Amino acid sequence: MTDTPAIELKGISKAFGPVQANKDISIRVMPGTIHGIIGENGAGKSTLMSILYGFYKADAGEVWINGDRKDITDSQAAIAAGIGMVFQHFKLVHNFTVLENVILGAEDGAMLTPSLAKARGVLKTLAEEYELNVDPEALIENLSVGHQQRVEILKALYREADILILDEPTGVLTPAEADHLFRILEGLRREGKTIILITHKLREIMEITDTVSVMRRGEMTATVKTSETSPEELAELMVGRKVLLRVDKQPARPGARVLEIENLRLTDRDGVERLKGISLDVRAGEILGIAGVSGNGQSELLRVLGGYAEATGTIRVNGQKIDLTGRHSDGRSRRARGIAHVPEDRHHEGLILPYTAWENSVFGYHDDPAIQSGPLMNNAAIKAEAAAKMERFDVRPPNPALAARNFSGGNQQKIVLAREIERNPDLLLVGQPTRGVDIGAIEFIHQQILRLRDEGKAILLVSVELDEILSLSDRIAVMFDGQVMGERLPDQTDQTELGLLMAGVTETGGRSPIEAVDAKLQAKDAREAGQNG
Amino acid sequence: MDRMPAWADAVLVPLFSIVLAAILSAGVILAIGENPVEAFRLMVDGALMRSSGWGYTLYYTTNFIFTGLCVAVAFHARMFNIGGEGQAMIGGLGVALVCLFIPWPHWSIALVFATLAAGAFGAAWAWIPAYLQAKRGSHIVITTIMFNFIAAAVLNYVLVNVLRPAGAQDPATARFPEAVHLPTFQDMFSTAETAMFRGSPANVTFFIAILACVAVWLLIWRTRLGYEIRAFGHSETAVRYAGISPVRITVLAMLISGGLAGLMAINTTMGEAERLVMNATEGAGFIGIAVALMGRSHPVGVFLAALLFGFLYQGGAELALWTNIPRELITVIQALVILFTGALDNMVRMPLERVFLAFRKEGAR
Repeated sequence: MTDTPAIELKGISKAFGPVQANKDISIRVMPGTIHGIIGENGAGKSTLMSILYGFYKADAGEVWINGDRKDITDSQAAIAAGIGMVFQHFKLVHNFTVLENVILGAEDGAMLTPSLAKARGVLKTLAEEYELNVDPEALIENLSVGHQQRVEILKALYREADILILDEPTGVLTPAEADHLFRILEGLRREGKTIILITHKLREIMEITDTVSVMRRGEMTATVKTSETSPEELAELMVGRKVLLRVDKQPARPGARVLEIENLRLTDRDGVERLKGISLDVRAGEILGIAGVSGNGQSELLRVLGGYAEATGTIRVNGQKIDLTGRHSDGRSRRARGIAHVPEDRHHEGLILPYTAWENSVFGYHDDPAIQSGPLMNNAAIKAEAAAKMERFDVRPPNPALAARNFSGGNQQKIVLAREIERNPDLLLVGQPTRGVDIGAIEFIHQQILRLRDEGKAILLVSVELDEILSLSDRIAVMFDGQVMGERLPDQTDQTELGLLMAGVTETGGRSPIEAVDAKLQAKDAREAGQNG
Repeated sequence: MDRMPAWADAVLVPLFSIVLAAILSAGVILAIGENPVEAFRLMVDGALMRSSGWGYTLYYTTNFIFTGLCVAVAFHARMFNIGGEGQAMIGGLGVALVCLFIPWPHWSIALVFATLAAGAFGAAWAWIPAYLQAKRGSHIVITTIMFNFIAAAVLNYVLVNVLRPAGAQDPATARFPEAVHLPTFQDMFSTAETAMFRGSPANVTFFIAILACVAVWLLIWRTRLGYEIRAFGHSETAVRYAGISPVRITVLAMLISGGLAGLMAINTTMGEAERLVMNATEGAGFIGIAVALMGRSHPVGVFLAALLFGFLYQGGAELALWTNIPRELITVIQALVILFTGALDNMVRMPLERVFLAFRKEGAR
């Protein structure tokens, strides 16, 4: 190992209007290492990496690559400097093959055939070197998310990147897929590549990185060797105070069945069956956690329960059947039945972003006679009530007249949560309650959900974060491919077992877990390809 | 965060747009060898300096308020109602039927029912595109444009074949009875000594237009329906989550929008022509788009923008009367204002925003 860092950032600052996204950040990343950057949402991680990749221009500071000062003005310059980036949201053309995507923007000459032939050769070598197996002729839309991510990595390597930046790479992966990704990254490190891993998951940092930098509110608060730190210390550095990583909860006292789902089926517009006979029940005073990689039917399940997707089967709430199609199958009717819903996507469903906090505080409940005065809405009363709710839920800033879009992710989620919980529902549906939410707010949100449980309400929790499922749930159901693969009790299972269920593996059949998962995923890809074709 | 203050957005941006349009218009007038300063003086003189000029300006303003509100309400539900023209034409049919075939004892009662009829006919004409959009996904822009043509054809047919008095050459209805004559501003504001608003068409409908502004403001910002309409305009996925029916909102918003366009016919048909003629709308339905854009879909903004366009219409007519500037050029000037306030909005806003942010940064230091 030499003394010249692969990447050195000196005094990088960047402001967006009055917001200082990066403040005087300096960092040295040595070649052949995996360097983690950890921080809450909005801490400035993505801004920093966007500067490194030429998307933004820094207001001040210098970028040095392998000992040379570089002026990275756009992504072309970044690629030329040997930097490759794998974004959280993949930038792939879905109706192109893997090969076509790999050469896109890096074609040699006017005709495609020679480039494709060259790429095919390179891909074969890369696949052998780093376990980056993907069928070069497959269409992107037929690949699983894990395979799509491999294509993104291949794209960077094809452009001869020596420095690879991965932005929250495991958010969409099963634990087994994440393990496979980490093996790929270790392989790359062995070959002397430099890797920057941006994440908010402490476990990943501890597992794979050599050094880790912590960011908080635009500043780099610390850079430490991973072997010399602990998750607790990192969490404290991230948040700026001590954080409870574990949720304290009393044992559940389940009562009567509040929600009973029998043989729920849903076929989407493209004719793909998204729910394949789901049967579940949730009792009063318990949290049923639904684990699964996103896209395996959890969203559809929540939509059906929330009243905005039609399905067949039977759903009973407090013993009474609810309509799954027709006029009385909408959000309004569900609320009338005592179902509250904190949706997975607060930006597109839970909130109207341009609406003020007080307007959002009654969204979905705006029909309530209590908040009308004659033919008009009683805005003064709604505002006052919103202010009180924001106080109780510690929404910051506690200004009901501020548009929802101006709150941070955590505070937006608290606005939604306050609205749904304070209606005193019998059943609360919660989707991804802490997605894009900072650690401080996560604690609070978890406490609120538990409080509602302890008041004897039934809670259906959908999350892709296994830690969250394990710490909150009283029972865990795992969904894969529109089916419930099994139910487990949180204290009688672990991440590995759940991870296998999430990949659709109920028995490993003598193979190693990862082989089994790969086989299962490939079978799923093939099946979906068949359905689409 | 990265925004300029609301007042700058609402006042400065339209103001800059108008100034830019004026400068360009001045260039055009110079290019044809006329004096732009003199032309502007004539426009102000003709439209604003005499009460009769105001009478015309406010008459046009009344039309533009209705069509502007029509487009504004649809905008709030993120729909582009280009069919104001056709909805106003059909609204005129409603007014004519009410005025011609019912013997009204007094204009005020006639006005109430003519208003209802105008609104109902305009709304009915908007209902078909609305239904097609809500249920079948036919794009509202396309269908409302097409319905303008259909409305013109329907009106033509009805006027020529049904409502034209025997022996008349003109495709128009008979004159409305004297009992439904609406008080003009001249009737209302003239004293024994001085005649005000002499010969100008502004009439009591102007006050209905102002009432409509208030009603639309209440509807959009104070009622449940307005809350739902705006929510639908911002996020269709969110209203589905909330259990608000997109079909219902689409149809209701368009009914209100079409009804407002229909109301314009009271002004033109009952207030001014006192009979239904072909092309009574004179393109006001399209001007309404510019008015709504410039007025930021807010009733106050719509009112002010309608006033500006009323001034341009009346001032333009004066120009054509007193100078060698051809009438077509007036259309050019109006088009420039529409272009700058409507289509090129961001061209003005973005630099202005940058200036504001730069100042703010200075201030923060």
